[in-house]
Amino acid sequence: MSGRVAEATWEPSALERNRRVFRARASRRSVAVAFISTIVLAAVVSFSVVNSPGWDAVKDTFFNVDVGAKAFPRILEGLWLNLRVLFFSAIGVALLGSLLAIMRSLRGPVFFPIRALATGYTDLFRGMPLIIVLYLVGYGIPALGLFPRLPAAVWGTIAITVTYAAYVGEVIRAGMEAVHPSQRIAARSLGLSHGQTLRLVVIPQGIRKVIPALMNDFVSMQKDVGLISVLGAVDAVRGAQISVAQTFNFTPYVVAALLFVLLALPMIRLTDYLSARLARREQNSGTV
Amino acid sequence: MSLLELRGVRKRFGTHDVLQGVDLSVAKDEVVALLGASGSGKSTLLRAINLVERVDDGQILLAGEDITDPRIKADAVRSRIGVVFQQFNLFPHLSVIDNVTLAAVKVHGWSREEARAKASGLLSGIGLGDKVGQYPDRLSGGQQQRVAIVRAILTEPELLLLDEITSALDPMLVGEVLDLVRSLKDTGSTILMATHEMGFARSVADRVVFMYQGRILEEGTPEQIFDNPRETQTQEFLARVTHR
Repeated sequence: MSGRVAEATWEPSALERNRRVFRARASRRSVAVAFISTIVLAAVVSFSVVNSPGWDAVKDTFFNVDVGAKAFPRILEGLWLNLRVLFFSAIGVALLGSLLAIMRSLRGPVFFPIRALATGYTDLFRGMPLIIVLYLVGYGIPALGLFPRLPAAVWGTIAITVTYAAYVGEVIRAGMEAVHPSQRIAARSLGLSHGQTLRLVVIPQGIRKVIPALMNDFVSMQKDVGLISVLGAVDAVRGAQISVAQTFNFTPYVVAALLFVLLALPMIRLTDYLSARLARREQNSGTV
Repeated sequence: MSLLELRGVRKRFGTHDVLQGVDLSVAKDEVVALLGASGSGKSTLLRAINLVERVDDGQILLAGEDITDPRIKADAVRSRIGVVFQQFNLFPHLSVIDNVTLAAVKVHGWSREEARAKASGLLSGIGLGDKVGQYPDRLSGGQQQRVAIVRAILTEPELLLLDEITSALDPMLVGEVLDLVRSLKDTGSTILMATHEMGFARSVADRVVFMYQGRILEEGTPEQIFDNPRETQTQEFLARVTHR
């Protein structure tokens, strides 16, 4: 296709200018409608909450600014532990999840035990509630006496990793299977080995297909790291719990919840952005 | 009055002018073939008429009504236009009969029985009567494309747009698709088709339009265009596609 140079002289006709004015007006109108309906909804909701019979008590117990401010440093310190746990479990999940996905997609009778092992693993850890895995790993493994005394957060990290790896492994495998078989055939006919085909052709395409699903798992993991508090690790949730016990006021929980939301927001937005971009790329332009 | 009329239609992608002011009219029951190299703007023109691509300037009138007016209901316009694509675009999760009757039932409000009866009649008429329950991946390319044509014409659209409908087909299968288009012409249909089948354009089209770099460079009867092309670009294009 020749790179046709745009005519610098072209000016939109009166007709087109009118259409643009109309579209601009229509889009301003929809922004205004969205704005007004949002305000109305917010007003109705806040009015009915504030005027509910128990609002004063709830306000004092859940939204007490003094209690929240006092608990804040402890919760923030706890959140730092959550972040570190998240960092290491994300790496662990990426490695173990990929490994599981590859194990499950090995073909041939020789690999049956490996496939069966991976299948059994994902069945087990996708089936078990995370909190039970936390108890089993956090109290069971140290009780074997094989390992030196380690902080509860370490066992929490391991429990989260082994659980989420099962989910992520399945997502990656779904992505690999969504790559059209013709891609494998093309790679193998170039002389690439099975392993090279997986590494250089199938996995890169497969991961791209499941990025939104993977990000979703990551967001979910971001808040589930708060569950390590059941092992006694002093994270944001545990920090809040301690403050609650001291003051008989639930505000610290609300503070911790807000902090977790703040932590998740950038990732949630990024996921939306990536999904939208992916959708745009797959749809070959057009307005439909 | 012409059924379809384009006035100074422009479309720009980034800094690339794909359509640089196209004027064209198609009369009722007229068959017009669009010729031109890849990238000359044929597909974009068809997409603009189907309101899949918003034009940057100019007007498109369907039966006298300006369909580029922003107040127009685009879905209603599209339901009056039948489109057949190069890659068939049948829905793989639906059987042949469900592909064909989907819009008739969901958009045009036909009863299921009515839609099925008419669809089976049309499919039997082109030798696909035994395929109604099959899924598209069980059919050959030519069969799929003929199903796609039946899907497009079931509700008797005012205008039929064909976008290089034989380009993805095995040469052995092109004939059966073109025969179907020919029979549509004989029963009276308004067709605008982008095609690379020169022989077919010559024998079926009432008028041939040659596009070059987003403009209509030359138009006329098939005899004029194929036997006495005026423009050098038309001559070069025809020389290239006919001596392969």
